[in-house]
Amino acid sequence: MIEWVNSIVQGVLTGGLYALFAAGLAIIFGVMRLVNIAHGDLIVLAAFVAMVVIETTGVDPFVSMIAVLPFMFFFGYVLQRGILNYTLGDDLLPPLLVTFGISIVIQNLLLEVFSADSQRLKAGAIETASIKLTEGIEIGTLPLVVFVIAVALIAALQIGFSRTRLGRAFRATSDDPSTARLMGIKQKHIFGLAMAVSLVLVAIAGIFIGIRTNFDPALGPTRLLFAFEAVIIGGLGSMWGTLAGGVILGVAQNIGAKIDPGWQFLAGHIAFLVILVLRPNGLFPRTRDD
Amino acid sequence: MSLLDIRNLDAFYGDFQALFGFDFELEEHETVAAIGANGAGKTTLLRAITGMVEATSEVLSYRGESIQSREAADIVALGVAMVPEGRRLFPSLSVEENLIIGGHSGRPGRWSLERVYELFPALRNRRSVSGTALSGGEQQMTAIGRALMSNPDLILFDELSLGLAPVVVREIYEVLPVIKAEGTAMVVVEQDINRALEVADRVYCLQEGRLALTGTPGSLTRDRIAAAYFGT
Repeated sequence: MIEWVNSIVQGVLTGGLYALFAAGLAIIFGVMRLVNIAHGDLIVLAAFVAMVVIETTGVDPFVSMIAVLPFMFFFGYVLQRGILNYTLGDDLLPPLLVTFGISIVIQNLLLEVFSADSQRLKAGAIETASIKLTEGIEIGTLPLVVFVIAVALIAALQIGFSRTRLGRAFRATSDDPSTARLMGIKQKHIFGLAMAVSLVLVAIAGIFIGIRTNFDPALGPTRLLFAFEAVIIGGLGSMWGTLAGGVILGVAQNIGAKIDPGWQFLAGHIAFLVILVLRPNGLFPRTRDD
Repeated sequence: MSLLDIRNLDAFYGDFQALFGFDFELEEHETVAAIGANGAGKTTLLRAITGMVEATSEVLSYRGESIQSREAADIVALGVAMVPEGRRLFPSLSVEENLIIGGHSGRPGRWSLERVYELFPALRNRRSVSGTALSGGEQQMTAIGRALMSNPDLILFDELSLGLAPVVVREIYEVLPVIKAEGTAMVVVEQDINRALEVADRVYCLQEGRLALTGTPGSLTRDRIAAAYFGT
């Protein structure tokens, strides 16, 4: 019995990382209806950027965020204003195709520059440190830190969306882009900021994934899949939904792996499909999705 | 110098032309009504002024400054606000947030949240609910309040009375003189001709995208208006 509880606890902690993958995707889909196929590859790109910063300066992966986060913020804004804004319109296909292209470009550039070898960001003792909760349940310090940071970030995003001028502009643009323009909201700038915020989350997720597991240029698409599943499970009504989506996915994967190691990802996909059938708009749908 | 000067305006939705060589002028503090049947081009005129529709013109200027091809957000920052047809409140924002976002451009002026609540006391108690949970009249009040929050010098009202009960329409129209007294110019697009004539200093009647008749309400007979309105 205790082993099952342990699986659920580990799943919850993994869910924090998945929620970070999903939060950035949810923001840009929510604000501008852009399905970013390159999202997973941007996570991997951020991990490689952190690796370069760490190798160049010798700092700790956590400290590398001081450089990586602003870089990804700026990169996101420029990517949106320079390329993606031109793909947005009534047709969902152009942004899909362009972000698919960006995904391929990122993967091949990383392959060219860093080779197909697996990499890892070394964070020292925290990687192996653990806390014993009870007999049979021990949680890793790093997964706990990642989960706590994910929860804190999602709380900050939720507060930011609810209470700040930028958050209101995001929500208004998400509700009705043309009326939002009549409020004096500069749509292209808002879209740029949404992508910039999304890539800050991507950067944090990329660094955490780099510390927790090996990464290579081909890792992006599977991270994208987890992010999609967490977003769809959670719905677009609240940032807490992405956390719930990530946690459900993480728990399902861990329970699947407990039953049979080969069932880990299958169990996550099954949980996703079951929720899609029962609640097509997710657990926390937007008001107008009800 | 006119507040708004439009000459030879053509407006398009893709291949469909909605306005043909339209001329329009509005003075500071003036209220103008734009009337006409469905599809006459009234809403398109407002959308062309706010940069929300593809348009070409000889002149499209606000206080002498060209607003041709300007972004809607820039035009709002110059002092133009719009109360769109159907109110178009943001469903994920509360009433108060809908009002606050009206002031997003940060234009200074006389209107504040408190003054909007004084103008529409009914909204004060409903400030926390979603805009879509309001009655039609309250939604229209919120949409007007939202426009006022941008401290405009010109407000464009699109179909103010559409879908509202007569008693609510009267209530809404009672507010227009208060807004006018602040020195705000207004363009009122309306299908209720009597209401429009009551508040307007001048009237433009559109027919199939062209100007059919213009003048002061006192100078236009009902027969002339009916002829211009229905094209008889």
